[in-house]
Amino acid sequence: MIVNRSKLSFWERTYLPAIINGFKVTLRHFFKKKVTMQYPEEKWTLPEGYRGAPLLVKDPEDRTKCVSCQLCEFVCPPKAIRITPPGPEVNPELGNVEKAPQEFEINMLRCIFCGYCQEVCPEEAIFLKSDYSLTGESREEMVYNKEKLLEMGGIHQDQIWKWKNK
Amino acid sequence: MSKAADATKNGEAAQVETVPVKVDGILVNVPKTSPDPVTGKPIPTTMIQACSMAKVDVPHYCYHPKLPVAGNCRMCLVEYGMQAMGPDRKPVVDDNGDPVVRKMPRPAIACATPIAPNMEIYASSPGTIEMRKDVLEFLLINHPLDCPICDQAGECKLQEYSVEHGGANSLFREQKVHKPKQVDLGPRIMLDDERCILCSRCIRFTRDIAGDDALGFVNRGSYNTLTTYPGKSFDNNYTLNTVDICPVGALTSKDFRFQMRVWFLKETKSLCASCGTGCNIVVGSREGSIKRFEPRENDGVNSSWMCDEGRLNYKWVGREDRLKDIVIYDNGESLEADWDKAVSHISEILRSVDKGSTAIIASARQTNEELFLISQIANLLDSFTESIPRIGEGDSLLVNTDKNPNTSGVKMMGLSSGELGSNLNKILEKVRSGEVKTLISFGEDLTRHGFDDEALEKLDHLIVSDILPNGLTEKADVLIPGCAHVEKKGTFTNVKGRIQRFYPATPAPGAAKPEWETLLAVLKQIGNVPESVKGVESLFQWMAQETSELEGLTWSELGDQGVTVEL
Ligand code: SF4
Ligand code: SF4
Ligand code: SF4
Ligand code: SF4
Ligand code: FES
Repeated sequence: MIVNRSKLSFWERTYLPAIINGFKVTLRHFFKKKVTMQYPEEKWTLPEGYRGAPLLVKDPEDRTKCVSCQLCEFVCPPKAIRITPPGPEVNPELGNVEKAPQEFEINMLRCIFCGYCQEVCPEEAIFLKSDYSLTGESREEMVYNKEKLLEMGGIHQDQIWKWKNK
Repeated sequence: MSKAADATKNGEAAQVETVPVKVDGILVNVPKTSPDPVTGKPIPTTMIQACSMAKVDVPHYCYHPKLPVAGNCRMCLVEYGMQAMGPDRKPVVDDNGDPVVRKMPRPAIACATPIAPNMEIYASSPGTIEMRKDVLEFLLINHPLDCPICDQAGECKLQEYSVEHGGANSLFREQKVHKPKQVDLGPRIMLDDERCILCSRCIRFTRDIAGDDALGFVNRGSYNTLTTYPGKSFDNNYTLNTVDICPVGALTSKDFRFQMRVWFLKETKSLCASCGTGCNIVVGSREGSIKRFEPRENDGVNSSWMCDEGRLNYKWVGREDRLKDIVIYDNGESLEADWDKAVSHISEILRSVDKGSTAIIASARQTNEELFLISQIANLLDSFTESIPRIGEGDSLLVNTDKNPNTSGVKMMGLSSGELGSNLNKILEKVRSGEVKTLISFGEDLTRHGFDDEALEKLDHLIVSDILPNGLTEKADVLIPGCAHVEKKGTFTNVKGRIQRFYPATPAPGAAKPEWETLLAVLKQIGNVPESVKGVESLFQWMAQETSELEGLTWSELGDQGVTVEL
């Protein structure tokens, strides 16, 4: 293809028209309503159904809802979840809770925020909440353990209290 | 010279008269009688057996091919038809001479209804399908739906049949009946009565197979509950088999409780190595750690059962203090060693020793292939050989008094003459007198059999291969870590001469390698090994050529069930 390079006039060669046009755009936007946000001081409101970090929740009586059924571990496409089942020893601290995970880890670097874990969970114990800014200084730090997941997940207000009447 | 005996299932009765039966239109000729699962006496063949011969699946809970029939769950209900009878009480035939079959007005349970000539079983008629759905709805009325916390989930017949044959909704609107949960039934068994579907398989197993009438039902109707006699513990040596045959998660193993969901387990065909019976098992493991042993059906050996002791004897495999490093001491100096170096070091020693100045203690826990290689090395060196017996208690069902899994293999390879262990003292004397200068021991702690420091110090070389540290491994000049049988491939010969294969389920720790690899490498350096011998299969082939009892046998012929040879 042959590109026609027409000669620039003297006026054009001074670069002034380009600069003036540029400033025009800048000035126009300078007086318009701002579209940017002062992140991280300012944060956006998340739409409903937003899929942030998968986190564990507790029931209103402060019991861990997860029963270590390991379905989420099985379904998770990138294998981000790793659960250590409780084993046969009875943990007296758990009261009438028959089964709860000994350890529950989610590798947030692996997680693709697909929401399958939330969908598969028979106990409604794991939810993709609104946390999206997950940062850390090492790979290990990005593997969230049970304690951290429960703390971030908080209490879930719903009607499924598996262990209440057991 | 002996011929390899055939490996057909025992209990297969001689010719029995057959009757024609149609299952879903498939014509099968079914033997009129079949052996009773407990006594072996001929009893009428049932519809469910005819269906299984026709390869038509009939869902069932209380029926188990290895147990007497109870007929209480109603899951196997089927519609069926019988040949019509004329007023003269003779079977009616049509113009072509074919039998006229009339559908019976009521269904019957397939597990307890004997077959009759020209019977037709409608295992997938709309009526049958509807009945299955309704029976399942009844079974689920008081069921807790504990699947997320139930160890059976994933291999639960209630789950499977509910998906395959059940309906999604229940008409039940009342409160569920609650029954005891987490019941401590015995030292190894945990019972959840809410999950029990009252099939009575466990009761029949422990009464008729294990010979311990320990379980029973109490209360009536919806409150019907499985229990032991008050104050008695369900603790015979076969209790864990009830966990296997319980179709639901009512009986669970305390050992396996909440250890791992079953769908994560890798299953490897193997054998139990806790006694000479050689029960066939499946090893369930995940990420290189063993989670459970389960019996594998083999009617020539263990039927569908295994003892609790053997089943739970796996924890040592994952012990932290397993031997992981190769150690070579040369004149009191520890050399940096890898496997290749160890092999050449051992070969060097064995090339330099005088004939008749070595003794090899083989272990009856080693595979046939390894014992064969040992016997080859022993022939080359004119070694004294012996093995160590382990005698314990046996019973009349499965457990053998011989606690070694491969005593027959030791005998077959000619590594021990007469009673196992009878030459041990002679070897000890020869060590003390200085006649034996090199001692090789596989997996046996000789310090517990009279080989004290004084005797061991007389040796020029002490070569030891073992799995766990013990008195002898501390004294060894050359120490090579070995493998548990669940970490290697090979064969054992059980007390009755059945040769059976097993496969590696988990990887060996550290530098540990299967003993046959080391033995083969050493033998290649000091003697002659046929070119073709590379892995266990070809090694087995070589062994079969050289061993009269195994003549003509091949690795593939062993199959999953093994082959019995005359010892
Ligand atoms: S959101 Fe998806 S990727 Fe992330 S943990 Fe759940 S299942 Fe795994
Ligand atoms: S979070 Fe839910 S799906 Fe995952 S193990 Fe716990 S109960 Fe099961
Ligand atoms: S017995 Fe089966 S259906 Fe019942 S809770 Fe256990 S896995 Fe679920
Ligand atoms: S415990 Fe299991 S095997 Fe025993 S009766 Fe109940 S469901 Fe059947
Ligand atoms: S299997 Fe026939 S009634 Fe239970």
